[in-house]
Amino acid sequence: MRDVAVIGVGMQKWGELWKKSLRDIFTESALLAIDEAGVDRIDSMYVGCMSSGLFVGQEHLGSLLADYLGVAPIPALRVESACASGGAAFRQAYFDVASGANDIVLAGGVEKMTDVDGGGATFALSTAADAEYEVYSGVTFPGLYAMVAVAHMHAYGTTREQLAEVSVKNHKNGALNPLAQYPFEVTVDQVLSSVMIADPLTILDCSPITDGAAAAILCPLDMVDDLTDNEPVKILSSAHATDSIALHSRKDLTWLSAVAKAGQIAYKSAGLTPSDIDFVEVHDCFTIAEICAIEALGFFEKGKGGTGAASGETAMGGRIPVNPSGGLKSKGHPVGATGIAQIVETVKQLRGDGGERQVEGARVGMAQNMGGTGGSCVTHILGKA
Amino acid sequence: MAGIIGYGAYVPRNRIKVEEIAKVWGADAPSYKRGLMLQEKSVPSPDQDVITMSVEATKHALARAQIDPARIGAVYVGSESHPYAVKPSGTVLAEAIGATPEVHCADFEFACKAGSEAMFVCMGLADAGSIEYGLAVGADTSQGAPSDALEYSAAAGAASFIIGRDPGVAKVIDTYAFMTDTPDFWRRSYMHYPRHAGRFTGEPAYFKHITSCANGIMEKVNMKPKDFAYVVFHQPNGKFPQRVGKMLGFTKEQIEPGWLSPTLGNTYSGSSPMGLTATLDVAKPGDMILMVSYGSGAGSDGFVFEVTGKIDEVRNVAPRTRELLDKKKYIEYGTYAKYRRKIRMGE
Amino acid sequence: MSTSAKYWRGIPQRYRLEAERCASCGMEFFPPRLVCSGCGARKFMPITLGDHGKLLTYTVIRVGPSEFCEQTPYAMGIVELEGGVRMTAQIADVDFDDLEVGMPVRIEFRKIREEGQAGILCYGYKFVPAD
Ligand SMILES: [Zn+2]
Repeated sequence: MRDVAVIGVGMQKWGELWKKSLRDIFTESALLAIDEAGVDRIDSMYVGCMSSGLFVGQEHLGSLLADYLGVAPIPALRVESACASGGAAFRQAYFDVASGANDIVLAGGVEKMTDVDGGGATFALSTAADAEYEVYSGVTFPGLYAMVAVAHMHAYGTTREQLAEVSVKNHKNGALNPLAQYPFEVTVDQVLSSVMIADPLTILDCSPITDGAAAAILCPLDMVDDLTDNEPVKILSSAHATDSIALHSRKDLTWLSAVAKAGQIAYKSAGLTPSDIDFVEVHDCFTIAEICAIEALGFFEKGKGGTGAASGETAMGGRIPVNPSGGLKSKGHPVGATGIAQIVETVKQLRGDGGERQVEGARVGMAQNMGGTGGSCVTHILGKA
Repeated sequence: MAGIIGYGAYVPRNRIKVEEIAKVWGADAPSYKRGLMLQEKSVPSPDQDVITMSVEATKHALARAQIDPARIGAVYVGSESHPYAVKPSGTVLAEAIGATPEVHCADFEFACKAGSEAMFVCMGLADAGSIEYGLAVGADTSQGAPSDALEYSAAAGAASFIIGRDPGVAKVIDTYAFMTDTPDFWRRSYMHYPRHAGRFTGEPAYFKHITSCANGIMEKVNMKPKDFAYVVFHQPNGKFPQRVGKMLGFTKEQIEPGWLSPTLGNTYSGSSPMGLTATLDVAKPGDMILMVSYGSGAGSDGFVFEVTGKIDEVRNVAPRTRELLDKKKYIEYGTYAKYRRKIRMGE
Repeated sequence: MSTSAKYWRGIPQRYRLEAERCASCGMEFFPPRLVCSGCGARKFMPITLGDHGKLLTYTVIRVGPSEFCEQTPYAMGIVELEGGVRMTAQIADVDFDDLEVGMPVRIEFRKIREEGQAGILCYGYKFVPAD
């Protein structure tokens, strides 16, 4: 296997992009990444997208987007693992380069979510859960994570305020991210008093509905000097694990075992431990998800994620800054694009391009992207080359 | 003769008070309460219908009957509010309890008499030896038009009976039926609410058929009102069963245990069958019970039961009807209007 | 679009809670599977689940999918049935303030959803407080 580097990333501002179609937003970000890398060709591409079929009535994305990017007839494939689709696409691109099959590979992610109404979006997202034994009964994603939150609160005494602290911290980081959908700060009181979606989660505990895309260009580490003047970032490890997609099938409703497993594999293959990680982008689709993720990734003991979130240790300048980008909460969550956007942020931080939200002295960063209620998890560790 | 092997009832949790309905229409609640002897009625939740209530009532009946549901040869659901216009309620019920596929299913409709006719047919089939056990259910989630007098009484509930060839908990001594063409109450196809003929629903309809049926069956079995421990009549409101009982020479004490309508309302096809389940809940071995149903259109089915010693063994195996009636939550008219689809929703 | 076939296929589970037990390790599965996720065995015995259990976690859905809007708000929970099988369903007939982890519940047969005004009615299991 060859060592692989990321030599360019691209992302435009996320939000409700009424004037732009799925193919537009993907192509814009892909072109940014290609131009930043300064490459003159792409050998293959992978696009993470959860549900273009339900959101915009379009499948067969690989070919469509290769055509619109002007790179056909290269091999192009859409990759799906619910909200972990972006991370999964990046992992496929990594293997494509590492194996020697292709040299310059584009990993992208896209989701156009606002072409359906709220009910349509709720339904499309719910298909990441067990359609016959969860969704049939009327469960929603906020509902599933709310049940994780209630179980966590019951088992470990995690408080409603600790959940809110996750949202407050991520919005504070996101306020410094010009690409974020909601770049403003919120207070604990605002989180607690916002509209209840699924008890105990309010709308400010939930990531939003977002249109957005992101892209990255990968190549063999030893070809970097020939291909680009850009500063490369090295992929130290790539890991993927699965779990039952039905929450009720898990022994411990508070524990994301796929996240823990993917984390263990990622640490081991990079030869690192949690204390070696300078910052992490985690999949905070809901505030409770970040609390569970920082436990499963080993940054806090099991059950201590709530107190950890409220301790300031996950804030910028803390022991382990979590979601410097603003996370899914503030930056937005166009599901298929999220995993790639985490890579974009990680690359920028490791290059020292974090701007106002730069993590001082960042040398190693982690990106954790999960699908559903943790039925899949893709985790990457990246480092300065 | 055939007998009732097991019985059970089901009542949704929601109740709405007469005052709450009267308030919306500017009606005089005390006069309704006095005139119709109604205080409140049951209201189904959006997830409850004739099929769901039939399944739950039947689970209670099966718990008391202690039989293998696969031995049930007939499943008959009587209702005027079957959830489908075309597609049987009975097959869902039969499937849910595990009685399929060797079973005969039919849905009955005869206004408020459909439940008792399901019982009547099961008894005949059991007596004929065509089936080992039959399941007869009377259930309804009936609607009265907003502001109509029926809105104060149209309620939801179900009663279920496993009927077999043995005496079971109550032996069927005899049956009798009295029918004429009397257009006192009806609902045309595709109409949401029924229509009725006002005071014509009383004397020539309800009272004539019930008294004729009751007198006919008592003559057939050579019994007098005093020979019965209890009597159950169809209960379109609280007042009618009391009045018809008095006309026939029954006492309040004989009517009382099965007189559910003041706090339940009229459960239509479930009405007299639920009166019977409530009566069986308190009956003693050897007690004789007279039941007379009434369905508009019009007709009455009459039954004479003799309670057996088995009643004491099964009575407490499932919830008693009045226990179900006591579990309640009051709702406001707005919630009632939402639950009963009286609010026009967006497409 | 009718989902008759999909609905019909699930009737043994939705109506009668038909499940199975691994013949090798005894693990119980609802719905039935072809391979035991506990030990990898492929032989199972049919079982029917009991109808009582306890609430492991819950929520109240305030913003539901459009076909559930008539029922919104509604409580949902994950229940562990006696025997250990877990399932997700709505909790009907409950006052939201009474919801708590460990609460005893039992299963009732309810209408889950309707496929629009002209489509099929879909039934199944819900939880209700056991008391
Ligand atoms: Zn096994």
